[in-house]
Amino acid sequence: MNLSLISLEIGVALLGVLVLLAGLWTPPHRRPVLGICTALGLTVILALLVKQGLSVEPLTDSSGGFVRDGLAMFFKALFLLAGILVTLLTMGFANRLRTGGAEVYALNCFALCGMLFAASANSFVMLFVAIELITITFYVLTSLQSHRLRSLEAGIKYLILGAAASAIMVFGIALIYGSAHTLQFNLIADGLAAGQMKQLLLFQLGALLLLAGLAFKIAAVPFQIWAPDIYQGAPAPVTAFLAIGSKAAGFVLLLRVLYTAFQVQPDGPRLLEPAALFSVMAAATILFGSLCALRQRNLKRLLGYASIASAGYALLGIVALNERGASALLVYLAGYLFAIIAAFTVISILTPDDEEEDLSILANLHRRSPLMAVTLTLAVASLAGIPPLAGFMGKFLLLRAVIEPSATFPWLVGVALLGVVASLYYYFGIIREIFWGTGQWWTEKTPETAAIKLADSQVVVLMVCLLGMLALGLYPQPVLELANAAVQGLFGK
Amino acid sequence: MALVLMAVPRENRAVFRWGAILATLGSLVLALFVFVKFAPANDPTSINHGYAFVQTADWIPSLGISFHVGVDGVSVLLVLMAAIVSFAAACCAGGIKAREKEFAILLLLMTGGILGAFMALDIFLMYFLHELALIPTFIMIGVWGRGENREFAAYKTTLYLSLGALLALVGLIMIYLHYETFNLPEIIHRAQSEPMTTGQQGLVFALLMFGLGILVGLWPFHTWAPLAYGAAPTSTAMMHAGVIKKFGLFMLIRVALPILPDGAQQWLPVLAWLCLGNLLYCGLVAMRQRDLNQLLGNASVAHMGFVFLGIASMTLIGLTGAVMVMVAHGLLAALAFALSGHLHHQARTLDMDKLGGLLTVMPFWGTLLLMALLAGCGLPGFANFAGEITVFFGAWKTLPLITGIAAWAALVIGAVYMLRAARKLLHGPRADDAPHTEDIPGWHKLPFIILLGALLLFGFAPKLLTEKIETARESLEHVVELYNRK
Repeated sequence: MNLSLISLEIGVALLGVLVLLAGLWTPPHRRPVLGICTALGLTVILALLVKQGLSVEPLTDSSGGFVRDGLAMFFKALFLLAGILVTLLTMGFANRLRTGGAEVYALNCFALCGMLFAASANSFVMLFVAIELITITFYVLTSLQSHRLRSLEAGIKYLILGAAASAIMVFGIALIYGSAHTLQFNLIADGLAAGQMKQLLLFQLGALLLLAGLAFKIAAVPFQIWAPDIYQGAPAPVTAFLAIGSKAAGFVLLLRVLYTAFQVQPDGPRLLEPAALFSVMAAATILFGSLCALRQRNLKRLLGYASIASAGYALLGIVALNERGASALLVYLAGYLFAIIAAFTVISILTPDDEEEDLSILANLHRRSPLMAVTLTLAVASLAGIPPLAGFMGKFLLLRAVIEPSATFPWLVGVALLGVVASLYYYFGIIREIFWGTGQWWTEKTPETAAIKLADSQVVVLMVCLLGMLALGLYPQPVLELANAAVQGLFGK
Repeated sequence: MALVLMAVPRENRAVFRWGAILATLGSLVLALFVFVKFAPANDPTSINHGYAFVQTADWIPSLGISFHVGVDGVSVLLVLMAAIVSFAAACCAGGIKAREKEFAILLLLMTGGILGAFMALDIFLMYFLHELALIPTFIMIGVWGRGENREFAAYKTTLYLSLGALLALVGLIMIYLHYETFNLPEIIHRAQSEPMTTGQQGLVFALLMFGLGILVGLWPFHTWAPLAYGAAPTSTAMMHAGVIKKFGLFMLIRVALPILPDGAQQWLPVLAWLCLGNLLYCGLVAMRQRDLNQLLGNASVAHMGFVFLGIASMTLIGLTGAVMVMVAHGLLAALAFALSGHLHHQARTLDMDKLGGLLTVMPFWGTLLLMALLAGCGLPGFANFAGEITVFFGAWKTLPLITGIAAWAALVIGAVYMLRAARKLLHGPRADDAPHTEDIPGWHKLPFIILLGALLLFGFAPKLLTEKIETARESLEHVVELYNRK
């Protein structure tokens, strides 16, 4: 195996191990240094990646299980950026974890490593290993606040449901192997094209089970039930990483499986009726997420439901089954990264005792910390898809992609619009609390007015997210070009 | 300009007010310059035929989106009107006493957005800039709004207007998917040779008509408007009722009619009947209002009926009239909301039962309000009259029945509620417990004078408006021709 091909992944894993070891000899009060080191290390790796160039010639290793192409590089950059921001975010949070300081950085690195592998997976073995690496790390991360019952509960729930999803997925992979006699995406595609597939029914069943496992990762209906609980229970930085990292990993695998392995095309051979399947899934996901979020008052839970709705919008990019949809999905995820991390940064700062997460904690935020107020406002506005922010570009592109084949699914556009209007309602509720919330009207307590002091790392995260949202919204051209180039490898064969 | 203001520290309160005023004055001067120097390219072969001051720069080339601006005979008027109203709105922002910095930034964002939207020749840019101007409205109502209802008003306005904008966006995307570009002149150019199918046109036109209709307050989707204007701070109400609301109509004339003539044929008869809803229903609702702002809000929705009627008539004269009403109503609505804002600032109430005999206490204010109300009922001499009468002339040819009903509504209902307001507020006995009110002091009279002056100027010399519209005659005639083709 060509080691230089996986240098980034090795780098991230090594960094994790180093941090873990260094943690043994670091006294507790010096722990923040570890966070800085991790963030710096990841930045160096990101710089190396950018130096390699985001649009590289596709390269596959000798066994064919690992591919490095434009799509992989795009997602790797996305994951690394998320990893850096989450590490910085964790620094301000580490003193509330109570269990050591080094593991959390190391675990972040390991999850990140899994995501990087997922971005490059080209066989079902790699896919499964990458997903397990991500998921198992997140079981631990979710329950890291072991003094908090809710965090433990979330960890257990995620463990049980995640294990069930993995079992279903691995069964699906077994069925696919049984009918296709290979686990490599390219070979499966060749087999399908040549019509050598004997037990097509078995293959389809396997594909369906596999898709169920991936749908669990991206929290799409009907595999979404875990999301609100886990989002609420997990520590805020972990939730942020889960929301963008795990979801994006699910999407990149979905893209690869659909387009590389199954060679799905709008007018190609009918395999599972993917357009109809995903359109129903997208519509149900958007509706479920939006409607459940409407009356939600717990901030993290609200974002949990909102993230389900976001997964639904992202699925619109799959429904189109074409290049435009896929590149729209990439742009949407890039915008989503900044918005969701910004939102969870603010939440992690605002919930020091980890219990009070009601919307009313946002009251007076515009006086307590204008930077946080502005960032959170823009973040939810971006999530809602309001110009001139990143989220608007993403939703605009997704809508454009799905309107095109609307001859078949005009109702899907209607559902998407309904979801956007509903999302405006609940996101607007957040903005209302920030600027003219009156705190907890049901108790006598008056809302906090003391100014909030931000750590430098938190300011950096907020500023990066702020600039990212504005830049992607006002001048999306570079990202669009990257996304277009990235998906070309999927379709341009 | 808003960016410059953001850099100035919070302490310098006056800086923001004067900065905003100077900035809008700057755009007013520029708009006047554009208005005077307006000379459209007269080269029928060129794609920029009929446009002036065209500027292009790449923005998102991979999507066929560019920063493409320019004005024609219709938009030059709206730009001038928008600049006048923005300047007046900035002058009237003195009542804002909290967080002036943010208010000034949002106001300038609004001004820049809407001026740009009127000038944009790229459909995406048009939509984008309009949204940019629209969003501050919600924030301003929520943060600086008045009354118990402001939160509800902000919510309702946000949801309604966003839904409208989204519907329109879907329509625009469908146009884009057909022509693979957002360049408006190019699309219009190609609309003849490669039109969309009739079914598609019907669908897109319906999306645009109802989407933009919600933005404008087309009956029965108008209920957000009186609520929003009742709760909005003065400058916001002036900007939104005066300028931003006109954008929906502008886009209907500019985008929907020339590109979708078949769709227009299917839907304009419906629009003609709905506009009666605006004129009659909202007029009657306005009659029953006791709060001045509610009355003005309903009246402003009712006046939109004239513009819809002008569009629905699909005659050159009707369309010319519609544009004139848009300009005139923009100035009038701004003037009326500025006046009611001043009254609210002084008296802390707008309940007409509690106020009375204001003409004696506030002679300047009272005279202005009287003029504004008279202009609202369409008295000759004001620009509104010129526009409304032109609409009637145009509509009489094609829609005699509806025009007949509409004329009654305009003359009778309009006169009833406007004069009733004048009687209650300005004349009549002064209640004993009436709050103390003062007239508009010194230089604060300036914005009012400018607005009223413009109304009278365009009223006595409507030629100033029509000769500009004349330059766009070809494109309007072209639209009418396409419509009557079958």
